[in-house]
This record gives sequence, C-alpha cells and structure tokens, in this order.
Amino acid sequence: MTKSSNARKGEANFSSDDTRRGQGANDALPRDSVLASLSRLEATEHDRRAFLKLASVPCLTACVGSCMAGWPSLAQGAGSAAAEDSRFIVEAQFYEKLPYKKTRCKLCPRECVIDDRERGYCGVRENRGGSYYTLVHSRVCAAHIDPIEKKPLFHFSPGSLAFSVATAGCNVNCKFCQNWDISQSRPEQVRNTYLPPKDLASVAQQNHCPAIAYTYSEPVVFYEYMRDAAEAGHALGIKSVVVSGGFIQQEPLKKLCQSVDAIKVDLKAFSEKYYKEVVNGELKPVLEAIVTMRKLGVWTELVYLVVPTLNDSDAEFRALAQWIKSNLGAEVPLHFSRFYPQYLLNNLPPTPMETLERAKAIADAEGLHYVYLGNTPGNAAENTYCPKCRRIVVERIGFTVKEMHLRKGKCEYCQQPIAGVWQ
Amino acid sequence: MRQRLESNRREFLKKCAAGAMLAGGTHGLPAFLTAQEKTKVVNAHEPLLRGAGASLDSGRLLKMLDRAMQALYATDSPLEAWKKVAKPGEVVGLKVNGLAGRGISTSVLLAEVVCARLQEAGIPQKDIIIWDRLNADLESAGFRNATRQDRIRCLGNDTLGYEEELAIYGSVGSCLARTLTQVCDAVINLPVLKDHGIAGVTMALKNMFGAIHNPNKYHLNVGDPYVADVNMLPPIRQKVRLHICDATTAQYEGGPSYMPQWTWPCNSLLVSRDPVALDFVGWQMLEQKRAEKGMKSLRALGRAPDYIATAADANHRLGTNDPSQIEKVGV
Repeated sequence: MTKSSNARKGEANFSSDDTRRGQGANDALPRDSVLASLSRLEATEHDRRAFLKLASVPCLTACVGSCMAGWPSLAQGAGSAAAEDSRFIVEAQFYEKLPYKKTRCKLCPRECVIDDRERGYCGVRENRGGSYYTLVHSRVCAAHIDPIEKKPLFHFSPGSLAFSVATAGCNVNCKFCQNWDISQSRPEQVRNTYLPPKDLASVAQQNHCPAIAYTYSEPVVFYEYMRDAAEAGHALGIKSVVVSGGFIQQEPLKKLCQSVDAIKVDLKAFSEKYYKEVVNGELKPVLEAIVTMRKLGVWTELVYLVVPTLNDSDAEFRALAQWIKSNLGAEVPLHFSRFYPQYLLNNLPPTPMETLERAKAIADAEGLHYVYLGNTPGNAAENTYCPKCRRIVVERIGFTVKEMHLRKGKCEYCQQPIAGVWQ
Repeated sequence: MRQRLESNRREFLKKCAAGAMLAGGTHGLPAFLTAQEKTKVVNAHEPLLRGAGASLDSGRLLKMLDRAMQALYATDSPLEAWKKVAKPGEVVGLKVNGLAGRGISTSVLLAEVVCARLQEAGIPQKDIIIWDRLNADLESAGFRNATRQDRIRCLGNDTLGYEEELAIYGSVGSCLARTLTQVCDAVINLPVLKDHGIAGVTMALKNMFGAIHNPNKYHLNVGDPYVADVNMLPPIRQKVRLHICDATTAQYEGGPSYMPQWTWPCNSLLVSRDPVALDFVGWQMLEQKRAEKGMKSLRALGRAPDYIATAADANHRLGTNDPSQIEKVGV
C-alpha cells in the first residue's frame, strides 16, 4: 500500500550526459550536477526526496565556484521561520475579495475560493485576513543550467543554455509527475533559496545562459516572480521561456505573453476524461490558452506524454493533430514523449516505441511539419527535417545539437523557411 | 525521540504493511466491531457547561467526558475506560484542530482533561503529545508549543516534518507526518464539529488531513473520495483509536474559518471509536441546526459530505453510516 518513489527503486533513468530516460528528458530535475556530492554520502538508501534535500545544498552552493557563477549563498532551509519570511510574500496579482474575508483566485481556471488562513489547490498562495498572497516570490527550490532542448524547445535558440528555476507548488496533480517532490509540496516543505528577479537575471548572465527557463514544477503558480524575473532578464538581454501545463486564465496569460519569449505547453492528453482523472485539471482552458499564445505571437511548442492505455489511441492522436493544424498551424512543433512509470502511475509499462512511432505517423499524415519523439535518445525523430526537401536541418543527439543547416531561419538546402526563433 | 526518528524506510514500510493487515481486520469489519455489535456514538451534553460565564467549566467538562467514556466503553469508572484506550509504555498523540484559532478549534481545556485522564490511566506526561498541522495553528488555538521530552509535548508537523516516502491509497498519495508515523503509538482524534465550505463538514475523518503534507490537493469533489482514502493510509487506520469531537462550540455555516455569527454553544462532546458513525451523526446535527436557522441543506448547496458514505463502503470499511447500525447514546 505504501510505495516508494522511483529513484528509490534504483531505476537508472538518469545519467550525466543528458541521455536520461524517464519523463526526466522533458525537464525533470537534473541529477547530474550533484552526482559527485551524492557519492560521498555513506548511506546507500537515500530516497529521491532525501536525495533532493541533500543534493540541493551542494548543488546550489558548492556550484558557486564550479558551474554556477555568482550563485548566492543558500538561505536557511525549510521550516516555519522560512515560511514566514516576508521576502517571499507578495500580494497576488489576480484574485478577488469576497465577503467574510474569503478570496477567489483568478490566476488559474480552478478559481479556488479560499478562507482566511487557508491556501489554494496549488499550496503556495494563501489568504491572510482577506487578502491573497503568493508565498513563493523569489523562493527558488531548484536551479540548474540545462540545454534549451531539454525543455524541450527545439525551435528556439538551439544549442543554447537556459538557467532553469522552479519554486514549490503546482495547480494540477498529474499522476505521472516526475517532480512531485517539489510540485506537490508546500514551500515550507522543501529547501529554498532567496533569489530576487535581478539576481536571477544576473546569475543567468554570469553563467552565459541567454535564457531563463521557468520549469520543473508549474510556473503559473509562481506567476508574479516569473513576470518580474522576465522583466529583469530582458533588461540584461536575457530571454525568458516557460514550461507549463497551460492551465491558466486568459487575463494573466495575456499579460504573461507580453513578458516572455517562448512557452512550451505540456498538453497532457486530448480528452477531458484524462484531464479529470489523471491530471486533476481541465482540457478546454488549456486549449484556449495555447490558441492565445499563438495569437499573441509567443513561440509555442507542445509536448504530449504518451501514457499506455490512457491517451494512446489513434483517434486521440488524430484529433490532436487535426486540432493543432486547424487552430495553431502546421508549423507548431509537437513532441510525443515517452512515459516511464512514476509517482502514482507505477502500474503501467513504459510507452512502447511502436506506439510513439504510430503517434508520429498519424501526426505527420495529418500534415504537421515538425513532429518529434522525446525520451528516446538516439532516435531519428529527434532531428528537425525541412518540411519541403526533407533533409535534416538540425541534427540532435539527445539534447545536444550536432549540426545545424539553417541560414537566417531557412533550410540551407532549399531555402524553405523553418518556423522558430533561431537567433 | 531522536532514535525513534531515525527509523529507516524499511521499518516504515514494515509498519505500513502491518497496519494494512491489521486495518483489514476480519470479515471486513473495523477492528472495534463484531458482527453483532452496533457502533456507538455517545453524545455527552451538559447545558451548564459554561457555568455563569462564556468560558467552559473544567470540572463540568471533565465530568461530561467521563460520562461519555463510561458509556462508550460500558464501564463503571472513567479510569477503566481510559485503560482500554492506551497502555503504559505507549506514546499517545492527541490530534487537535487549531486551524481556525480560538473561536472554533479544539479547546485547550478539552485537551487538558484528556491529558489528565490519560495520566491517571498510567500514561506519563512524556508519552503524551498534542499535535496538529502547524505550530502556528496550535498557537492561534491557544496551545503553547512545547518540545521538552519530560513533559507533555505540543508541536506542529513543521517541527518533525514528513516521511520521505509516499503513502498511497486509492486517489491519495501523501507523505505522512513523522509525529504520527514515528512518535505516536496511538492517536486520539480531537476534531471540532463544524461546517466546511468545500468539504461540507469537518469532523473526525477530515481532521486527518492534518496528518498529510498535501491536504490542499484533496478538497476536489467535496473531498470525495479523498477524505476516506486518507483515512485508509495504514498509519492512520492503525493508530487512531478514539474520536472525541469537540462540540462545546459548533459552527453550522461559514467554516472552516471562525464565523461567530454561525456558531452556537452546543455544549456537547461526540465520542466514538467509529469515525464514520461519528461524522454521520455530527453531520445530521449540523443539518438540523441549519434547518432551524432556515438555511438550505448541504445537499441542496452541492456540498453534502458524501465522503462519509465512501468511508463506509466495501472498499474502505472505516465504519458505518447506516443509522440502523449506529447506537446513539445520550449522556
């Protein structure tokens, strides 16, 4: 009845060369930068959560001199003192006050109605005396330097690095979540560091990252921090990219689109049933959000985690591809990603390769130009092909860009424009 | 305590497995019931509980508790009843509810009289621990945080934290409070009788949300089946032995926050070993009060606490919500 997390079970999903398996390939918390620290631990049975707790210290501090220049010293860890740290607490931008000191959150479509001293579904926004606050502004619980391909964003500055950060919390609860340790926790339950927007931008710059990525958990729940950080980043010429489930209301989304440069949406299925039962969310507002992103000109890519028996029918793949083509355009990249058993979905096998290939074939046949397979290192479907001449224009091995054959956003062989942000 | 906290994962899993076996019981009945027995819910009521003023009279509260315990355990003395709850050598946790501050939380006085009776039954102070989700909640309810190991301890889950492992049942995957899993051998649940704007009502079953790290995830669908599933997690199902619902002051609308305009001096304690039956009876009391006040039923408002029925179903068997199987005893 009690299950251990996957890392405990010794699943060798992670290695140091970014050829990791597991949903980790699509923005799991990296383990590689802390492996050296971990190996010094005497005990061999640290589970994933303990691993992260132990690992976060050396990662966030010891890396100052090695891999992350300018990283601030780690704030005091979890605990009630941290919970009350006023540096992290900022009034929420989207909510309404209700009678009897209640509030209604207007950030995500869930619209939690919150009593005084209570929190919303996300666990990181709290009603205090009838006003609503985010508790995670500048309260970073994970920070790593990742290839932009790991988000995955394949058509956005390929081969570049993204300084990737997260806070605790999430506004859904996917049964396959790979980062549940932080996404399903409250900020007091994880180790955090104080990283205000300007410092974040500065650290990204010092580490030669042309972009900041808001990722790992769900950036919508740290919305205010994300927007402030994006603004601080732009002041230094650093872009901002978002890795999100897209479960956000229109008004905050439209403002967000003015602040960020790319959004990768985890479109988790193409059925409300799946969203209700597996994600604890809703599909419709996610689709509306994606359409808005496109209309507002933010570069958008989609990931679809293919979970055996739950969202892997031909009909669903076809409906998905048709919807994308009709509502977003054929040039929006779609990444079919391989599922590995995680968190509360341990009873299913990894996605068979044949299923992924079937998904790609259907999407290709429906006319989508850029259909990729993810979590399948070495697969030819990691490459970008020119939709006109079918030659490889971006060759990848895992998250590494091996060769590029683009000139000013066009195929160097046939001059076909390749959609994306290539600078 | 440090030694206890250092129990490793294997121990934790063993305990969970043992809990699962015990919790299953025989014939699918809760451990405290036999096939012939009805489940008892004792309503101890004392109209003069507050004496002349607004505050509770400790002597009368103690007598009320004694009457309830004697009726529940069918004994002539309260001491005999308490000896059936816990044995010397066991660490007993009192899971209170301090979320709403002093207005509508477990009363400190009730916790004190329970502690007094436990000590008389042979449980030393050092083996009694009052706990809830957060130190701040406890403080706002009037409890004083205390960690000295030779005295009664009082602490929130933020002091000892949560297990590293997920405990999983049905729709729920949560990390349990270490206070529950590693410190307490037995738990006495001391919830409050009140309305809950999302989950319908909050009493015995819902109070266990204070034992998990992610309660905010489990209020969807009026808490059904989440509340029932949380109570199936083995350490909860195995260790919670008694439920004493503080209905000295109750609230029929506007919960879980304290809304004085919707509270009334109910002057009662609901006591049972069956959290489902207790919640069912308590729910009916709240509905009755709502009807008296001309308010719509929770069902009509779309927030009937159907998790109570789920907790009684064949997959959970945490108790009964069948009125014909509930013996309501008034004392």
